[in-house]
Amino acid sequence: MSENVPVPDAIKRLPWPEQYQTLASMAEAPVLKAFYEAGCVSAQTPICDVPMVALDFETTGLDSEEHSIVSIGLIPFTLDAIALGGAKHWVVRPRLPLHQTSVTFHGITHADIDQAPDLSDILEEVFASLNGRIPVVHFRSIERPFLNVALQWRLDEGIRFPVIDTMAIEAHLHPDRQPTFLQRVKGEKPISIRLAGSRTRYGLPHYAAHNALIDAIATAELFQAQIHHHFSPQTPIGDLWL
Amino acid sequence: MQAELIDIRNHLARHSPFDKMPEELISQLTASIEISYVRAGTQILESGQTSSYMFYVRSGAVEIFRRSGELYNRIGEGEIFGQFGLLMHRQVRFPARALEDSLLYRVPAEIFHHLFENDENFADFVEIEDRSRLRSALSRREKSNELMTSRVSRLISRKTVSAPTTVRLQEAARIMTDKGVSALLLMDGEGDNARLTGIITDRDLRTRAVTEALPSETPISEIMSDGLITIRASSYIFEAMLTMLHNNVHHLPVLDGHEVRGVIALADIVKYESQSSLYLVSNIYHQQHVRGLKKISRDVRDSFVRMVNEHANSHMIGSAMAGIGRSFTQRLLELGEEKLGPPPVPYCFMALGSMARDEQLVVTDQDNAMILDDRFVPEEHDAYFLALAKFVSDGLAECGYTYCTGDIMATNPKWRQPLKVWRSYFLDWIGNPRAEGLLNSNIFFDLDGIYGRTEFAEELKSLVADQASNSQLFLTLMARNALNRTPPLGFFRTFVLEEDGKHQKTFNLKRRGTAPLSDLIRIHALACGSEAQNSFERLKSIGKTKLLLEDDLDNLRDALEFISIVRIRHQALSIEAGEEPDNNVRPEDLSPFERSHLKDAFQVVSNAQKFLRFRYNTQATRHV
Repeated sequence: MSENVPVPDAIKRLPWPEQYQTLASMAEAPVLKAFYEAGCVSAQTPICDVPMVALDFETTGLDSEEHSIVSIGLIPFTLDAIALGGAKHWVVRPRLPLHQTSVTFHGITHADIDQAPDLSDILEEVFASLNGRIPVVHFRSIERPFLNVALQWRLDEGIRFPVIDTMAIEAHLHPDRQPTFLQRVKGEKPISIRLAGSRTRYGLPHYAAHNALIDAIATAELFQAQIHHHFSPQTPIGDLWL
Repeated sequence: MQAELIDIRNHLARHSPFDKMPEELISQLTASIEISYVRAGTQILESGQTSSYMFYVRSGAVEIFRRSGELYNRIGEGEIFGQFGLLMHRQVRFPARALEDSLLYRVPAEIFHHLFENDENFADFVEIEDRSRLRSALSRREKSNELMTSRVSRLISRKTVSAPTTVRLQEAARIMTDKGVSALLLMDGEGDNARLTGIITDRDLRTRAVTEALPSETPISEIMSDGLITIRASSYIFEAMLTMLHNNVHHLPVLDGHEVRGVIALADIVKYESQSSLYLVSNIYHQQHVRGLKKISRDVRDSFVRMVNEHANSHMIGSAMAGIGRSFTQRLLELGEEKLGPPPVPYCFMALGSMARDEQLVVTDQDNAMILDDRFVPEEHDAYFLALAKFVSDGLAECGYTYCTGDIMATNPKWRQPLKVWRSYFLDWIGNPRAEGLLNSNIFFDLDGIYGRTEFAEELKSLVADQASNSQLFLTLMARNALNRTPPLGFFRTFVLEEDGKHQKTFNLKRRGTAPLSDLIRIHALACGSEAQNSFERLKSIGKTKLLLEDDLDNLRDALEFISIVRIRHQALSIEAGEEPDNNVRPEDLSPFERSHLKDAFQVVSNAQKFLRFRYNTQATRHV
């Protein structure tokens, strides 16, 4: 499937399991073919039975067309357990120059980058943890679009998958995040739906370090907490993925 | 382990038993962890279930129950549970339920067993229950002090030198010179029937025979010390040291049953004991005026710090400090009598509170009183005793024992009374318990005669032992008072902190630790008619009755020892840092080891208070 031939809307409207089947037959790159062939659970599957993977990218900026991935952290998990044995973290060399301002934020230096492999060198390892699992992210406008663009650059074809977005769940739970005028006068602050702010509401601990892996773990923990507080282990995944 | 997991690894490494775990094992552990979020109220482990995990609380709180359903423990951040199940054929032994929303780290059984096989410290930690853990922590510490591991018999290096009590003074002196000994044991009877009845020392010869120019034919039985203080051969050296300090003797005959094994001298112990609290004591008796006493009182704190650094236990340190305080008092009384002349009627000077209990530390005020002979006539005699009391009290203040703010001192006429008045005081406090009398009982019922007619004090001790055990109302009200001060342990096994004078968040190890413990031990001791004063000794006499289970007694002893030693260490560190020692401890100043064991110890205090409440409130009419 070439960059120039977008996925037809008819396929995009298919339910995810069928869509994966179709995409598997269309994909040319072996990693993508294997990814789709590993399949996708049906929308009715209770969340407690769904294999998931928490995913976090650090990037040089927010625009997937303009910026690059600098590091990838992921951890396969289920509603019951986040096994640290499956935790993975890679630093990758960005296509675009590493912007000075983001250097301090990520704690990743130019020296790290110079040693780092290109994403294409580690794709198989990354997909080994993604295949057959539903990605869980905090703020869906990063991981999915960045991975899509990165694959288009390297494989000449993009990728489609459903995600669970823990930030979207928080946004849904707190529609009126901005305090009213009166509340602002009383000194009330807007409710934060960022990762650290959301975790605080569930009594989850603060992590001092920031790297893609810790943020992925933090996201997985947040998702477990959200399900136990606002949903149930029997909630069908179709209610949650986007 | 992925290097990015360092945050998680470090959290583990801040808590026992992972703080001492080798790098490689803790990395393996981290990589094996399964994180699981549970909501408050979730049953985590159920009785009868197979258990596959040990749990580490990353955040939140978990309640642990006995299978009977009774609450056993509360576990908070950095603590583990579920380990017993893994050791007990994987059957859940203690059910567990989340008390708060909690994030748990699960350690799979295989890794648990791997750690158990490869890390001795971890194995020790998980194998034993909280309270036994406290015990093993204490015994590890004590093993490092030779005085507490070596027995008195090791100090006996030569054959016993003895003589019949019938020998004359000159003959005794000749035997001692010939054999080169500083003490001669005196025996009644012969051969196998010989019984030890007295001892004579170099010092006795000097002070009694030479200064009084006794004829050389004086029977030795006239000047020997009888009412002998002895020690068993199986005792530890530190016990011999305590005995010497408490009784101010420099020689102890060593007995094995009735058989005399030898004599040990102060010099034998000093070889073991570089902290020289015994030296300090003997030095006190050489001082000829208050100025000299004041000068050497500066060494008290050094002596204290040295004992702490040499891992002496709290009983040793408490007795040494009390022995030193007692010696200052005794010497001041001797000097006072030299100055004021002999007393017009006999009297007994008594120490109260921590000095009487042999539990004195460096931050202490003076609590003392005088029991006068019943022939005391205030108009004729009191001027003398007031002057003497004032001399001693001022002298003690010079030496660093500050005046008692509650005026519990012999300078207060109320506490300078003939024996018959003291008897009526004590009978009144026990027979008609009121607020003031109860407070006084807490202070005065820890008493020790330290100078003069000490039998007066013994008489009062017997009176207390007889009367208090028969007065249920008195005991009940004492118990109620003893429950006013609770250990600083919060709902989640966190420390409850108070603001101290320097506006720091601290807890007071005396007010919230050792004091409530010695209060409740006193009540049990009074209830079983014990005349012991020291809390450890009181626990021993309680043990002879069936009042408390042996296990509970051991727990109380361990808790008292641990809290005391943390308090003592805290004071020693302050002294070394050039600060004024106090009892207020900030949790962050404690090691993870101390924090975790202190919580265990406070839990023991809390349980013991519950038992006291149960015993005296709901069953107030039941007798022992």
